[in-house]
Parts: sequence; structure tokens; C-alpha cells
Amino acid sequence: MRDTFVKTLIELAKKDKTIELVTGDLGFGVLKSFWEQRPDQFTNAGVAEQNMTSMAAGMALEGKTVFTYSIGNFPTLRCLEQIRNDCAYHGANVKIVCVGGGFVYGSLGMSHQATEDIAIMRALPGVVVMAPADLVEAEECTKALAAYKGTAYLRLGRGGEKRIHDKIEGFQIGKAIKMYDGEKIAIFSTGAIFEEVQSAYDELKAKALDPLVYTFPTVKPIDKETIAACAEKCDYIFTVEEHNVAGGFGSAVAEVLAEMKAKKAVLVRIGMEDEYAVKVGNQKYLRKQYGIDGTAIVRKVMEAFDE
Amino acid sequence: MKYSSEQLAWLIRRHGIEMTHISSGSHIGAVMSVADVMAVLYAEVLKYDAQNPKWSKRDRFILSKGHAGASVYAALAESGFFPVEELKTHYANGSRLSGHVSHHVPGVDFSTGSLGHGLSAGAGMAYALKKDGKSCRAFVVLGDGECNEGSVWEAAMFANHFRLNNLVAIVDRNHMQSMDFTENTLEMEDFAAKWKAFGWNVIDVKNGNDHAELKQAFAQTEKNFHETHKPTVIVANTIKGYGVSYMQNDILWHYRFPHDGWEYDTAVSELHQKKPAGVEDVYTPNGIENPVHPTESDDINRDHTYSYTWKTSYPEKMRRVEAPSGSMEREHQL
Repeated sequence: MRDTFVKTLIELAKKDKTIELVTGDLGFGVLKSFWEQRPDQFTNAGVAEQNMTSMAAGMALEGKTVFTYSIGNFPTLRCLEQIRNDCAYHGANVKIVCVGGGFVYGSLGMSHQATEDIAIMRALPGVVVMAPADLVEAEECTKALAAYKGTAYLRLGRGGEKRIHDKIEGFQIGKAIKMYDGEKIAIFSTGAIFEEVQSAYDELKAKALDPLVYTFPTVKPIDKETIAACAEKCDYIFTVEEHNVAGGFGSAVAEVLAEMKAKKAVLVRIGMEDEYAVKVGNQKYLRKQYGIDGTAIVRKVMEAFDE
Repeated sequence: MKYSSEQLAWLIRRHGIEMTHISSGSHIGAVMSVADVMAVLYAEVLKYDAQNPKWSKRDRFILSKGHAGASVYAALAESGFFPVEELKTHYANGSRLSGHVSHHVPGVDFSTGSLGHGLSAGAGMAYALKKDGKSCRAFVVLGDGECNEGSVWEAAMFANHFRLNNLVAIVDRNHMQSMDFTENTLEMEDFAAKWKAFGWNVIDVKNGNDHAELKQAFAQTEKNFHETHKPTVIVANTIKGYGVSYMQNDILWHYRFPHDGWEYDTAVSELHQKKPAGVEDVYTPNGIENPVHPTESDDINRDHTYSYTWKTSYPEKMRRVEAPSGSMEREHQL
């Protein structure tokens, strides 16, 4: 996914000379093709995320389209106030790119696990928040954000995510993408956790449950129409995210549901249950340990359904 | 009307006193220390067009010590960016003039208020300007207390590494911060040497309230811009509260505003004693007729620093700078 992002950005940067990629000294190997092909549009700002982010705002105010790049929480929480005051408040054309949303860097420990970033970034006024589910969504998100004028956050997985779309027709910021049609149950997810939703879907389908499934590459602005339509039609909406349940994607869906006058669906949020990961392990292992893998999703759907 | 830097500095101080007086606002001490730097910048150094604040060839300016916002608002109003009358709305409901600097005001390139952001943003502007082959410069005014922030030094490293010779930092080295002298808060030791060690051209201005010295320093920055590859910092040794005797070197006036009575009357009267020819005081055109004077019981010329009562339990010998409140002492090296 990160490679798709870089490949897409190189193509965009060849056409648009205002595009600048700034890294906080991370992306060795990953960003190489960018700095080789677009050396004048690449900057290593060093291990100094606060400066990187304000500096990006300064560049953006001079007409540049700046992508800041780092992993985990470094491009977001480490320099949150710089994003808030210098990027978002100024409407600066800065796209903050995080590689490693959720448990991507699982074994490296909690410092490297981005599990509150969606909640925090979406709390900033005017900031677009995107988390693609696969390579195709990553490419579309990158293109859409390069064209979008303003501050945005792009949360990427790492690599090896399965391709789920052949291509996406009419991709738009703020629009969910329907994966499977269904009736009684809807499952929404954002980001690379979709692969767990896919395995849950296969199992549920085998139980003749036929869930309606959407991916939400955009968490903010959230696709209210899709949520409302499902809430009127379905008995249950499950949200799945590789993130804390507090304030994240499920909360964004909950906000829409809470303000609806009439709805049928009950919401169940699946994510980390307001805790840090204390166990050590890779992404797959931690997803299982913290109840967000395919098996856990099936279990939570069945529990809700049995009640 | 184009003012000389001396005239503009006086106007900034007079507006600063009035703006904080009317609004019960803070940070008059910082406004007074930085007034001369701001005046020289707006009267002599910065390229701008008040009728076209977004003119692409303007020099970029960021007041990173955003709490001295009144000084930039006054400089902009007196330089023709917006009506001087509007200064009276500082801090008021519905005003554009927030206590800390806002880019929603014509002529302001960047909002500040949280310390340690401005130099980075200025570096980004300077970097983009260089990439685009533009010949204008970016100027950033910082506080010395602000340099406690680690991000300032991130920016310092970046600006040197990328050879941003079109970036000028000016540190309003008034030797005080929110609660005490800088050296009693986090020792800066040899401050100019720190910048030097980060690779910058350093211009040490002994008296940062002296316009001749400041003008010479700014002339040197222009020379550096053409002749060197490094960013330049001016360390301007100023006095916090400069221009009103009882505010000088008294930390009380970081937050306190001049109240009705002796505080306001003394401030205005002292400014009027030094009013340059050719400027008008729109608030008190003839000064104060029968000023109220401070009495023995008033809180004046006392030590308000927090370290006054601070006794360390460490075995190490702690050092403490002392400069009498109200004094003209300018350098407080340990």
C-alpha cells in the first residue's frame, strides 16, 4: 500500500511541480524511487516532526502541495499542535501521510502502534481523514488528496494487503464503496482491516447471513447518506476499525445514527476496547488478541444476532 | 503617512499601552521590548505593499512570539494596512485583533500564539521561495523565552542544513520570560554561541532598543543574504518593558496591564516626555494634565520573580540572575 502511494505520487509529481514530499527521516527503501525520480521535490527534514509539519505549512502557504511522511504516530500525535495551528487553521495544503495505521508495526511495541490517530485527526476542523482498504483505494485516495486544496490525513497500511477492487468508478472523497449487497446486517470498515472483514464475510455468507458490506476510505467527511440508508434498512450495523473504539470510525458512524430521527439499525462498534496493546506480536496476532480479526468479527455478529 | 523608525516605535508603544489598558490585556512588557525591532522592520527593512497585503514579492514576516501581537497590529495599522482606529478593538468581542497574532488581519502572514512554531513556518516559506527562485526574504521574530521550545532548534538545524540564507531570525532577547529572568528559568548560557554552533550567521546587537544598531544589523543581514549561504540571526539585547521606567526588568508586567490611575498616567506621561516630532497621540494628544503618581504603598520596583523565594534542596550551587525591577540593566549573563 505504501509502495502504491509512492508510485502514484511520483506520477502526480511529474505532472504537478508544486507537489513536494517531505519525510521525517523514514521511508528508507520505500521513498527511494521518489527521491531518484523527483529529487527537487523531495526533502528529508530529519527526525524532527514538529519542524517538518510547520515547515510544510510554510511551504504550502507559498503555493506548494506538501505531503509529510512518517510512520505510526510520529507525523500526527508528535506534532499535533503544529497540524492544528499551522496546517488546519491556515487551511494549508498539507497532506499528512502515516504508514502503519493500527497494528502494522505490532511487534515494535505500543510506541509504534497508531490506534488513536483517526479520532484525534478527525477532531480537527476542516481536516479530511482517509484510510484506504487496498492498493486501489490507496491510489485513488492519493490522487484525490493531491487534487484537494486543504489539510488532510492519509492513513496507510504497510504492504501485502490483498487487492479487493479491480477499479473504482467515480471515486470521491466522502463516499463509501459498496463491496457486497445484503439486507439485515451491514458491516462498515475503514482501512486495511478490510481483509478481516472479508474473511468474516466469507464465514457469515456460509451461514447464509449475507451481510451488506461497505468500505469507507473516507472517515471525514463521513458518508452520511450511506449510513442513513443502511440504518433504515438493516437491523444491525457493525463498524470495524484497527483503532480504539473511542472517537474513531465507529464513533463517526454513531454520531450520524444518533442524530437520525428514525432508524432501525442497532450499532455495534468493533475495535480496540479502550486499551493499549500490552501483548507483543505481529499485526495478525494482535488483531486476534484484541478482538478485531475475522473470527472475532463473526463472533460479535453472531452474539448480536442471537440476542 | 510614512514614519521614521523612531516615530513608529513610539507609536507602537503608545498604542500598546492604550490597547492593553482598554482591553485589560496582557504582555505589555513584551510589546515594549520588541517595539524597536518591529519599528525598524516596518519602517526600513521589510518590503510590503499595504494596499496589496498578499503582494507576491513582499518579504514574509512572522511574529513567532505571538503574545506581543499588539506590536504587529500597531505597526501594520500605522503602515496603512487597516485603520488605526481599529486598534482599540484589541481583545474585544467581534474584533479581528485577537490577543495573539491572527492571519485574519491584513498584512499578517501567519498566526501564532503557541511558542516555537514561527521559525519552522518561516523556514518553510524561505525554502519554498528559494525553490521558486524568488528573491524576497522571510523574517521571524522570536522571544528568548520561546527558545526553551525544542522545535526552535529543530528549525535552526533545518534552516542551516538547507542553506536558507533568505531567512532572518530576530530574537527579542529581553532576558525575561513569563515568571522570571530567562537565566533563572532554564539557563541559556552563551545564547549567541548556541546559534553559531547551529551554523547560523550571528549578529549580536548590544542594545536592541537602539535603532542605529538595529539598522546596522539589518543591513548586515542583507549583505549575508547575498554573500553567504547561511541563515542569519540577530540577537537583539532588549529590556523588557522598555520605555516605561517602572515596567523595565519587572516581570509583573509580562501579564499585568496598566490600570487607571498612576499606572496608566505614569506610562503615558513618560512616553510623552520622549515623543518624537511629527507624531500624534490619538488618545491623549497633550499627555495627562494632572497625572496620578505612585505612592509608597503601590506595588512598584519590587522583585516579582518566582525564584526570589526559591531555595534549592540540591547540593549543587544554583545560580540566580538579579536585576532590580525598574532598572536599565540589559545583560544578565550568569
